[in-house]
Amino acid sequence: MAAATTYREPRRVDWAGIGFAVVLTLCIILPLLVVGTWAFANVWRYPSVLPQEFGLRYWNATLARADVWTAITTSISLAVVVTLISAIICLPAAFAFARLQFPGRSILFFSFLAGQAFPKFGLLVAIAGIFLQLNLIGNFWGVVLIQLVGTLLFMIWIPVAAFQGVDRRMEEAARDVGASPLRVFWSITLPQAGPTIGAAVLLTFVNTFYETEGAWLIGAPAIRTMPVLMISFINNQPVIQYGAVLSVLLWIPSFFALLFARRVISGGSFARGFGA
Amino acid sequence: MAVLDIKGVSKFFGSAVRAVDDFDLTVGNGELVCLLGPSGSGKSTLLRMIGGFETPSAGSITIDGDEVIHLPPERRPTGMVFQSHALWTHMNVFKNLAFGLKLRRLPADEIRRKVEDVLKLVGLTGYGTRQTHQLSGGQQQRVALARSLVLEPKILLLDEPFASLDQHLRERLREEVRDIQQRMGITTLFVTHGQDEALSMADRIVVMRDGRIEQVAAPDMLYREPATPFVAGFIGTMNLIEGEVKGGKFVRASFSHPLPIADGPAIFAVRPEALAIAPATGEGAARIHRVTDYGTHGLVDLELPDGTRHKAMVSEARDWKAGQPVTLAPRAFAAYRDNAVAYRSSTAS
Repeated sequence: MAAATTYREPRRVDWAGIGFAVVLTLCIILPLLVVGTWAFANVWRYPSVLPQEFGLRYWNATLARADVWTAITTSISLAVVVTLISAIICLPAAFAFARLQFPGRSILFFSFLAGQAFPKFGLLVAIAGIFLQLNLIGNFWGVVLIQLVGTLLFMIWIPVAAFQGVDRRMEEAARDVGASPLRVFWSITLPQAGPTIGAAVLLTFVNTFYETEGAWLIGAPAIRTMPVLMISFINNQPVIQYGAVLSVLLWIPSFFALLFARRVISGGSFARGFGA
Repeated sequence: MAVLDIKGVSKFFGSAVRAVDDFDLTVGNGELVCLLGPSGSGKSTLLRMIGGFETPSAGSITIDGDEVIHLPPERRPTGMVFQSHALWTHMNVFKNLAFGLKLRRLPADEIRRKVEDVLKLVGLTGYGTRQTHQLSGGQQQRVALARSLVLEPKILLLDEPFASLDQHLRERLREEVRDIQQRMGITTLFVTHGQDEALSMADRIVVMRDGRIEQVAAPDMLYREPATPFVAGFIGTMNLIEGEVKGGKFVRASFSHPLPIADGPAIFAVRPEALAIAPATGEGAARIHRVTDYGTHGLVDLELPDGTRHKAMVSEARDWKAGQPVTLAPRAFAAYRDNAVAYRSSTAS
């Protein structure tokens, strides 16, 4: 199409937009760049702006450490186990909250907010006290338990919204053509709610992977996840690069999670999950 | 192929709400019956009870003599088309149509053949690979209809299927649905609140009000001989003039007309096209309030001295002016008393 009479608006400079972009760059991109640079710097001494020597020396050094590999496997298996158990517990519960009427429904529903309503650390310390008596401190399953608490909010509230968002007429139409209630759930309800539930699962996995307070309080000293290890590296090591290498390693799962999210989940699903 | 028999069906929500109240109806083989009524008259609830989505509080529903009331929707030989079409948006058109056939474990090539046949029937040949959101509103509703038809249900249930479509499309689709229904000879129950839809499609119309039947009749009978004032007012336009009968004469304000029934209150019913008006020399029975010219005919709004308004149809709108006094001469009329016909003039109302 030959646009013969295209009217162009006089180009105006969007100062507010540029301002936002600059602030975001300073707050997000710059720290990432600095950490990324540190991870690949063999030598970087003041006052040089760039490292004197780039290289993979500290990658080799970090990855040669047994505790790093233990932390990686611990973190991944923790995140997988917690996400799985959370899905098994929460998704049927979410369906019940969305579709069934039972006494105490709204009180129970809001109780899942309670975990987020109070200062988390205080709650964790109290729970740690109980776990100590139950012999769950420094125990893999103790950490699983404490991290499960943190996942309840996402894994209940978002799927409830997803299940409520499914058109009941679609389900009735499926019953009408001969599908049993179970078949309707499997072939209609789940695929309809799927993308939003996928978003919830993803959020749960990533959140669990990066969760530090619970993992540290309950898991230390026997169970050390990657974020916990990174903190101790940063606190205890005079060499910055160890911490930097670990944080770059920590970006990997969220990077893949984002890629996965873009492929699987349509743009609106996250927003819909939050009731938008 | 199938006869639907509804006997004494009621549906109560709580103790106060009687959505459907002691409903009896038999729909004959291959017949299309419209349930017509204002919203809240219980017509959708009745349809959902036949489809199995609501459980009746009392009564019996049989299809070809078999009681279906205790069967879940998936085991009833009924096919329902919803107002919101309710297509499964995560499946394309082919999968929407094939889902029910797959549940019946038909071989793949038979499924393909049946789906192609039904797509042809609704005029959507070649649309199988489309996603539902790529279809227009009318096409979506055709797919929804095809989804029910492909399973060859004994009873087809349509719940205001055209309500969300524009007027033009609605008129075209109801002709198509009527054609398909007659060609397949499928027993059909159609819920609507639009009288045009009911009058143009139905073999018989059931007018419902507050969960009860007001009248069951063929469309032409319903228009010409409405059994109650409600039906008279609901189907087409009817002037319902409330007044008194005294000594064989109906009187309301300055309007009076011979009416050979016993003294007492009555409702005088006359259609605008059956109400002749003539210029009055003096005060007249009524005064013209407004004249509307529709080209083919005119509609005159009349005001009685007590302020009540009624309508009369005239052949030429330009013959009449607002403010003009006129006399009224009903050519055909009926009178109602106690919610039933008390008198009907020989030429019918």
